[in-house]
Amino acid sequence: MTDQPVIIDVKNLVKKFGDFVAVDGISFEVKAGEIFAFLGPNGAGKTTTIKMLTTLLKPTSGDIRLNGHDPMHDQAAVRRTFGIVFQDPSLDDELTAWENLELHGVLYSVEKKLRRARMEELLKIVELYDRKDDLVKKFSGGMRRRLEIARGLLHHPKILFLDEPTLGLDPQTRNHLWSYVKNLNEKENITVFLTTHYMEEADRMASRIAVIDHGKIVASGSSAELKQKTNTDNLEDAFLAFTGHAIREEEMTKGDNFRAHMRIMRK
Amino acid sequence: MTIYILWLRQLKRYARSRTRIIGSLGQPLLFLVALGFGFGPVYAQAGGGNYMQFLAPGVIAMSILFTAVFSGMEIIWDRQFGFLKETLVAPVSRFTIMLGRTLGGATVAVIQGLIVLTLTILIGFRPENWAMLPVAILVMFLISLLFTAMGTAIASKLEDFQGFQLIMNFLVMPLFFLSGALFPLDNVPMALTIISRLDPLSYGVDALRAMLLGTHHFSLMTDFAVLGVVTAFFLALGSYLFSKIQV
Repeated sequence: MTDQPVIIDVKNLVKKFGDFVAVDGISFEVKAGEIFAFLGPNGAGKTTTIKMLTTLLKPTSGDIRLNGHDPMHDQAAVRRTFGIVFQDPSLDDELTAWENLELHGVLYSVEKKLRRARMEELLKIVELYDRKDDLVKKFSGGMRRRLEIARGLLHHPKILFLDEPTLGLDPQTRNHLWSYVKNLNEKENITVFLTTHYMEEADRMASRIAVIDHGKIVASGSSAELKQKTNTDNLEDAFLAFTGHAIREEEMTKGDNFRAHMRIMRK
Repeated sequence: MTIYILWLRQLKRYARSRTRIIGSLGQPLLFLVALGFGFGPVYAQAGGGNYMQFLAPGVIAMSILFTAVFSGMEIIWDRQFGFLKETLVAPVSRFTIMLGRTLGGATVAVIQGLIVLTLTILIGFRPENWAMLPVAILVMFLISLLFTAMGTAIASKLEDFQGFQLIMNFLVMPLFFLSGALFPLDNVPMALTIISRLDPLSYGVDALRAMLLGTHHFSLMTDFAVLGVVTAFFLALGSYLFSKIQV
């Protein structure tokens, strides 16, 4: 793993919303082929960081390189590099599962024959193939999640961002999903950048973990190293040792609020 | 291909929202019946001729205006339902995305305009010259494009639908009521003359009337020049603001 090039390189990244500092000068590196877990309590700055890495948000200051490109200045090149499964829903409800994938495939210029073949394969993997012609608005929360995951993998990105992809999924589906991601990571050398609140997932999946809290990285290393540092025997305890026991309130924008609401209603 | 698939998306969404299509016919129907038949006799007595003939192109323009602005503002829906992010991270220029959506929204507005044209004919409107229909459709497309791009520009700056009422009452409604869609622009007070000349829809309504009835207030040159320039302006503004969206 050590001989792999650095594919995500972040230096002194800062994001302020008015007076509020969401991300406070973080630096980290992810090597190609790694599975990197980015952990932190609600409101710690995980999603804000992902948004900056994926060109959705402009950093206040700092430097980002994704596969050598700068998301600020070379957006198109950066966007070709990654796939993302967002924390909140991002499907078109008025289109069918198939149409959602087709649209994605065209946006990422996956050639037609390959696109169709992958769409079929991925829909089978997430067990939605027999529902492919149903409108997404008829899908349950778990089905939508699976479809989004299939979509994020459709163009075989170099880097895959998974922002709490398993939230609200049953253990069977979570298990299924992670084995697929692991397989993809090993076979295609896809770098995975994930966030999750399920510590056992991070423990099982990630080769390296960074813990972020109040916009700062408070610890990083392998799961074993983090446990050793805190003298704990599982990752959850290590995580709590780093971030404390206080429950966090998350500031939400209107849109986030609405989406969170929609998500609860769907369950 | 990207433009096509985004265009197709708008059309599919439109075709699947039957209640929206039917619902959006209520307003033009009401205007045609209440104003067309209600003011018809007075208008004829005042020497204006057949009011239904005069009103129909105005009502067609109205439904195009409303549909177009609303289509442009669908970006707010996409933002709230999260789909916008999917298009914003795609390796496609924002201009292409904006263009695809806007062309789709404009096509939807033209279809809506044609449905209302059919409705007006059922109610008693008689176009003078059927041969001009293709040009009339071109005019409808220009109006549609202009106001879809305007909707896109506005929606790029709005986070949710709270500002929607404000836009409807202080922008879209005045654009419609002051455009000469409902009354002739001859001999109106100076202030109204000035306002109507600043309203791009006035030129759209006028061109539509020229095509369907052969009568017009401005010259056709003026109509097309203004529509063209204003459309180009809003397309440029819309794609600029759209490219600046952060989520």
